[in-house]
This record gives sequence, C-alpha cells and structure tokens, in this order.
Amino acid sequence: MFARNSSVIEKSEKTAVKTDFRVALAGNPNVGKSTIFNTLTGLNQHTGNWTGKTVECSSGTAKIKDKTFLFTDLPGTYSMIDFSEEETVTREFLANEQSDCVVIVTDANVIERNLSFALQVLSLQINAVLCLNLCDEAEKNGIIIDIDELSLNLGIPVICTCATRKGGINELKDTIYDICTGKRKCFRVERNYTNIDVLNTENHKQNTEILADKSKEICKQTVSCRNKTMNKRSRKADKILTSKTIGIPLMLLLFGLLFWITAVGANYPSEWLSVFFDFIKGELNNLFELLSVPKFFTGVLIDGVYTTLTWVVSVMLPPMAIFFPLFSIIEDSGYLPRIAFNLDKFFAKCGAHGKQSLTMAMGIGCNACGVTGCRIIESPQERLIAILTNNFMPCNGRFPTLIAIIMMFFAGSAFGIASSIEVAAILLGIIVLCVLFTLLISKILSLTIAKGEPSGFALELPPYRKPQILKTIVRSMLDRTLFVLGRAVIVAAPAGAVIWLTANIYIGNTSILSNCTDFLDPFGQLIGLDGVIVMAFILGFPANETVVPIIIMSYMASGTLVDYTSYEQLLELFSANGWTVITAVCTMIMCVMHFPCSTTCLTIKKETGSLKWTLVSVLLPTVMGIILCFVTANIMRIFI
Amino acid sequence: MMKDKYTLDSLPLEHSAVISSIECKDCLINRIYDMGILKDTVITPLYRSPFGDPTAYLVKNAVIALRNKDSKYITVTPIK
Repeated sequence: MFARNSSVIEKSEKTAVKTDFRVALAGNPNVGKSTIFNTLTGLNQHTGNWTGKTVECSSGTAKIKDKTFLFTDLPGTYSMIDFSEEETVTREFLANEQSDCVVIVTDANVIERNLSFALQVLSLQINAVLCLNLCDEAEKNGIIIDIDELSLNLGIPVICTCATRKGGINELKDTIYDICTGKRKCFRVERNYTNIDVLNTENHKQNTEILADKSKEICKQTVSCRNKTMNKRSRKADKILTSKTIGIPLMLLLFGLLFWITAVGANYPSEWLSVFFDFIKGELNNLFELLSVPKFFTGVLIDGVYTTLTWVVSVMLPPMAIFFPLFSIIEDSGYLPRIAFNLDKFFAKCGAHGKQSLTMAMGIGCNACGVTGCRIIESPQERLIAILTNNFMPCNGRFPTLIAIIMMFFAGSAFGIASSIEVAAILLGIIVLCVLFTLLISKILSLTIAKGEPSGFALELPPYRKPQILKTIVRSMLDRTLFVLGRAVIVAAPAGAVIWLTANIYIGNTSILSNCTDFLDPFGQLIGLDGVIVMAFILGFPANETVVPIIIMSYMASGTLVDYTSYEQLLELFSANGWTVITAVCTMIMCVMHFPCSTTCLTIKKETGSLKWTLVSVLLPTVMGIILCFVTANIMRIFI
Repeated sequence: MMKDKYTLDSLPLEHSAVISSIECKDCLINRIYDMGILKDTVITPLYRSPFGDPTAYLVKNAVIALRNKDSKYITVTPIK
C-alpha cells in the first residue's frame, strides 16, 4: 500500500541485464498508471485510489516477445510545468530524454482534460501510445469514444484498457513492441502544437488555454456521451460521507471499526504465536543443554536474539497483518481524499494544507513514507509543516506497542466484546488526540518558523471504486508480513543480542545495563516513567519495534523471571517492576511523542535538505513528549 | 430568481454555470488551469465539506475541491 519504490528500483537493476528499449508511463494523477505498470512488468507497486499515491519514479523490466523493455512509472502530473516536487521528476524525464515509447495513460472518463496533458507530452515526445484506461467505467457512464478518429487526430495509436481486469493489456504490449521496433510509425500532427512551448513557464496560461481548446475540439469530433450525469452512485455516497451532520461521525465510526477488528482479530494469533514460540524456546533450551553449549551463547542466542525476535513477530505482526489490508481497501475505495476534504477547514485554520491528512494517513504505515509523501503538497512552508509533524502519527512500529499497553492496562482480564470495544475506543481516542496535536503544532509552526502565505487548495476527488478486496488483502498481508519479519531479523535480532550483553556484562557489582538504567531512573521517574523505559526509547532509535522487548528483557535481567505468553503475564511482570496506570499513560504519550526513528530522520534530512529542520523534527516531539509526560504524571499522582 | 453573475463560492449547489473570469492568485492559477478550470468552462458546485469549506465542483467530468477563499476570485454566469 505504501510506495516503497526504492526497493522496486533495486530489484529491477538486479534483473536488468540488458534492455533493448526504454518505455515511460506518464499521465494525470490517479488514472491507473501504477496498475498498468504492474500488469506490464509483473511487479507489485503499491496502488491507491487517490492523487499523489506515487511520488517517485520506479522502473521494472519485462519481456515482450523477443525483446526486453525497461518500463518507468512516472508520478502523475497535471501539466509539464511543475508545481510540486513529484511533478518535477516527470517534467525532467520527459523534457530531457527521448524514450523509445511513452505510454500516455488517461482516464477515459475525464478524457477532455487528460487529452490536454497528452498533447503536452506529444509536443515533446514523438513515439507514444495513448492508453485509454478505465474503459469499463467509461462505458457504464455512457461515454463513447471513436478510437480511430482519436488516433488520427493525435498521430499515435490509441488502445482501450481496463487495467484491473487486464483488459486490453496484450494489445497494449503488442503496440509498444511495434512502436519500439519501428513496425508502427507515429507521426507528429503539427497543427496541434502551433504557438505552444509547454516548457515556457511565462506562457503557461496561454499554453493551457490553447491546449484546452484543442482537446475540446478533438473531443467534439471523437467523444459522445449518452448519460447526463456520471458516477451517480459516487455522488450519492459523497452526499452522505461528506454531509454536515453525519460526515464526521461516520469517519470516526469507520476508523473505530477498523481498530476494533484489529484489536479483536490480533489478540488470538498473538497468543497462539507466543505459545508456539515459547514451546520452541523450551525445546531450543533443551537442545542447547544436550549439546552442552556454553551458558554465554545460550544467553545471547535464546534469551537475547530469540526472545526479542519472537516478541516482535508475535506482538507486531498480527495487528499489522490485519490493520493494513483493511486500510488498503479503504485506500483503494477512494475514501482518503474525502478525509482530506472533510478536515481541510481545520488544516486551513492551522496554516496547513488539507493534503496533510493524506500524508498523515501514510504516516500510520511508516513515517518515512509519510515524509516522502509530503511531496504532494505544493507550498514549501506547508510541506515543511507536514514533514515536521508527520512523526506524531504512530507508525507501524509504535502502533502495536500502544495496542499492547492498552490490552494490559485497560482491557480488563477477560477479553470480551465490551473490553474489545473499549480498546478500539481508546485507540481511536489516541489517534484523534494525535491529529489534534498535529493541528496544534502545525498552527504554532505556521505562526513561527514556517511562516508564509497559505497556498491554494485544489484536490481531485476520484469516484469511489470497488476495491479488489481479495487481491488487496492477500497482497497487503503478504507485504506487511514480509516487512515486519524483515525488520525483526534486521533490527530486533541484533538489538536483542546487544541488550542481553549489556545486561550480563558486569562492571563491579552491577551490569552495564543497570548502570545505565540507574543513571536514567531519576529523570524517568520525574516524567512518570522509569530508567528502563527511557533507555528503551533511546535504544529504540533504529527501530521502534524493539522498545517493548527491550523493556521486557531489562526487567527479566534484573531477576524477575516470568513466563510471558499472554498479556496478563506481561502485566504481572510490568507491575512487579513498578508499573501503574500512570506509567502506562506516560509510556503511551512518550511512544507517540519522541524523536523519529533513524530511517525517518534520514528521510527528513533528504526531503528538507537541511540539518536544521532535521534537528527541529527530533527536538520538537521529544521536548513536547517530556513536558506532556511530566504534566500528566504529576496531575495523575495527585488523584491516584 | 438567479442573478447574472456570481462568484463561484456563492453559486448555489447543483447550479451549473459558465466561468467568465478567473482572478486567483498566481500560485493557484496555473494549477487550476491544469485541472481544466478555464474561462468558458462549465462548472457545477456539488457539495460542501461538513464545515462549509471547501466545496466540491464538477468540471469536465471530474470532481475537484476548492477552498472558498480561492473560488471567490472566479466569476461565473449561471446557465438558465
């Protein structure tokens, strides 16, 4: 669901031994370029039904007949003049390089506007094919397009496709092959481009008007529409989903439901995994004993690496493998832009951009992706605000920590319907608080360090589309599982080894670990935490997933050996180490508000190009978190 | 009774109109041109956000949301 394009590029570079032809995919945002790209290359680029889903180029190779083609999926753009970062990529690519063939992907429903862009591309590139995507939807809307006439008008082949059902893809492949090999010739229709220089910013208005007139003219000759109103059902749905009275409650209900399913659904697999891993642990212990492996290695490998690894898998994996597929379905349906639409007024009041809610939604998946996603925001200061505040959305690695703490301290011992609703409600409350906090900080930032004129807001609301539920769930589950497992192996395992070592190497009478935690303890206590928790957050810098396992291990190392195959047992361990409701609340606050993980910091550095802003993004949430924890802890201590 | 001229933000919902002039600030103007909002284009306000702003408009078969502070610079003539 979240575009992790870099990995796709790496993949393609490895497989690209020799490519015969280079093909680029360009088009307006949200016309299905990435879906076409996926069907052409067989890659699994994430797609979503909203503008700005793809913000970076990604490439992949595929064989058509006897030749190898390198396909590049360009970010969607409305014109050749770039306003936002992601559009620069597309412009530079098309203006500076002649491709062997450009696939201009268009939404057949919005053909007139899309043609305007197609003409801009054609004024720069000669070899191209027009791909009329979403043809099935257009047909339902009663749009009839004369393909041959359109092809004559543009001088390039025109293919009807329906990418999600792979309709027309073979024909498209054949056409790309024929154009690249010279079997089919494209010709330049000079009259389309008189008086136009699309790269000249000065003449933008004039260019756009001429092009719009041209595409209107072409449409008059080639397109007819039987229905009077299009996308009736979408329109009806929007009337409800954005209505004054129930628009916002419905949105909250939807997310509440999402959290509820996640909490209920994740509980059982988590427990099964814990029991299973615990069983394996016992067996491994026996095996090590049998082989008389030195105690030291048993400690590092089983108590250190294995324990941390399995914790991350059993606690992090189930909620993620349930939450993200469901979220992907919402994303595919086209609901996300409606959230931006519903909440824009608040963002406007806070000097931020409505599209920030889209980047925040991406942040729930991964803050680094959220920060990259901020490229869809045009104005520099609003983009900066979005980047600096993205970390307030609890990501993949922190979300399950929240769930675990809520389960332990607030769900009660029997996990039934009532307590599951309670968990979902608390989670929803936390997310709402995160959003409010983001708004507050945005406001403060817009008044202080990120001052500037608010930019305009123009957001396209695509029609609702029926998500490919089964495919999305399977794909997203697989993706998330691999992602979490990969992180577990790369970060959690070494972290486990390090923690175990520090807990078992002694300087004098105390271990390195307790030396550190003792040192941090007074500060921790002051803000409602303890030394162990503070240290866990610091050591969790490379990956937030490891925060809770580090806490567990530190407690276990200090003598309390508890079996923890369920939340109840975990609660016992935590309580034995002095956790109260205050500690739980403060840990949750700290979890949401502390420095971004290392990957996110690097991404912020890359996106802002400034060490100063990266430092701000580190200090801002950390200082906020400490202050908030201190205040909360001391207020709660008065009452409890 | 419909007036002859409206600013786009004051045009009643579901009433189609033809754009007669656009005086938006520079930063947005190019963007909305690219989205197909140009002089002589037919535009229809469809619905407003729960808090009254922004408003979603139908333009050339696409639905585009604009903030009222921007759309008040667009003048339209309602279609009778």
